Amino acid sequence: MPGQLRIHVNQDKCQGHARCKSLAPELFDLDEYGNAHEVGDGTVPARLEDKAWLAKNNCPEIAIEVTEE
Amino acid sequence: MSDSAPVTPEHPPVLDWVNDFDHTDPRWTEDPFPIWDELRAASPVVHTDRFLGCYMPTTYEAVKEIAYDTDHFSSRRVIVRDIRPEITNRAPPITSDPPEHKPAKQLLLPPFTPDAMKKLEPRVRAICNELIDGFIADGQCDAAARYTKHVPVRAIAHMLGIPEKDGDLFITWIHEILELGIKDDDILMKAVHEMTAYFAGHVAQRKNNLTDDLISTLMKARDKTGQPLSDDHVLGSLRLLLIAGIDTTWSAIGSSLWHLAKTPADRARLVKEPELMPTAIEELLRAYSPVTMAREVMKETVISGCPVKPGNMVLLSFPAANRDPAVFAEADKVVIDRQENRHAAFGLGIHRCVGSNLARMEMTVAIEEWLKRIPDFSLDPAGKVTWSEGTVRGPRQLPLLFKKAA
Repeated sequence: MPGQLRIHVNQDKCQGHARCKSLAPELFDLDEYGNAHEVGDGTVPARLEDKAWLAKNNCPEIAIEVTEE
Repeated sequence: MSDSAPVTPEHPPVLDWVNDFDHTDPRWTEDPFPIWDELRAASPVVHTDRFLGCYMPTTYEAVKEIAYDTDHFSSRRVIVRDIRPEITNRAPPITSDPPEHKPAKQLLLPPFTPDAMKKLEPRVRAICNELIDGFIADGQCDAAARYTKHVPVRAIAHMLGIPEKDGDLFITWIHEILELGIKDDDILMKAVHEMTAYFAGHVAQRKNNLTDDLISTLMKARDKTGQPLSDDHVLGSLRLLLIAGIDTTWSAIGSSLWHLAKTPADRARLVKEPELMPTAIEELLRAYSPVTMAREVMKETVISGCPVKPGNMVLLSFPAANRDPAVFAEADKVVIDRQENRHAAFGLGIHRCVGSNLARMEMTVAIEEWLKRIPDFSLDPAGKVTWSEGTVRGPRQLPLLFKKAA
């Protein structure tokens, strides 16, 4: 589908600030150490696109990649 | 509490901030923000011969470069002092470099996840209300002494599994270690010794009676060869958790209440739009970041074009980074609905604060409960707000006025 957003958390960069989980709880999960990863394959439902960008822009480690397909 | 630093031979008043900064100078203690602006305008990295030689990165970029570079910058010393005695007090993981850092840090992460904090939240709400019950009828209080100081003390004591009522003891040690002890090694060592003995007693009590508290978590830990952690490691980490868990969050809650006391528009907005609170908390963390860390330069390098030489400390100022106009629009204003806020109040890189989720929860609950019961309050014009000196910045006296409870 054109314009589909996909997110990915770079595990080498994530330090567990958990801003993404706070801003976009539907899109991210935290593991037992509090580190984040994208839910499923990172596909972002249309209604949650703003939250995906908000999460990316608030990650202090710039660990969230957002790609448009 | 010291109101201002006595002038000592090592600390004549600063005449040239750019070439001779001093973060213990009373003017820095009172209002550091214009000083940082002056330093940042001069260079991304400044230097002083005080403290046996110390750099300070002034931009977000320079702070980030240093925080990410554990090769040239060691965490073996994390406080800038007038003296540099041999290192005896290790407090993993804050004083750890790779490769020791990761296993020491991983051990502490699970008890501090957001989910773990949800379980602690009801107790913290109850603590806040118990404290407010104690002064709400008076119509005024020193919020630092009666409220902000006690919330984190009781919360971390609860997590550690030590009596909340020992709170005053902890507060004394922290004052001695983080403020008085910067300039007086005897005071520092005595406090460290007492704190260590206190925790050693609690460890001994749990030897045959482990629970699920944080002390027990450290005692149950095994290194990769299956051995328990050394006493030194356990006690060092416990000292760290107590110190890190109190002064820092106390400062953040206090600064937030100070801001709200003098900014009726923000107060009113938070009362009217409680859903704004998480965003506001992040902005208060950015604008009034309590914690400055430090590193020791181990090898020569270049940071943001500035040469940095070994034998010096680095005052790693996350608060100054958070006010960098190159990163934050209107950096010097508190914008409680700021949408893009990748602040570094909890650090950057591998040493990201283990307690960040606890701190956020405590701040949020402490401010929510205060606003529920005392929505209208102001700074007491008859009183004076005083700020802590040293590595952690927050109000140590915060006289407030509010309506008497009906």
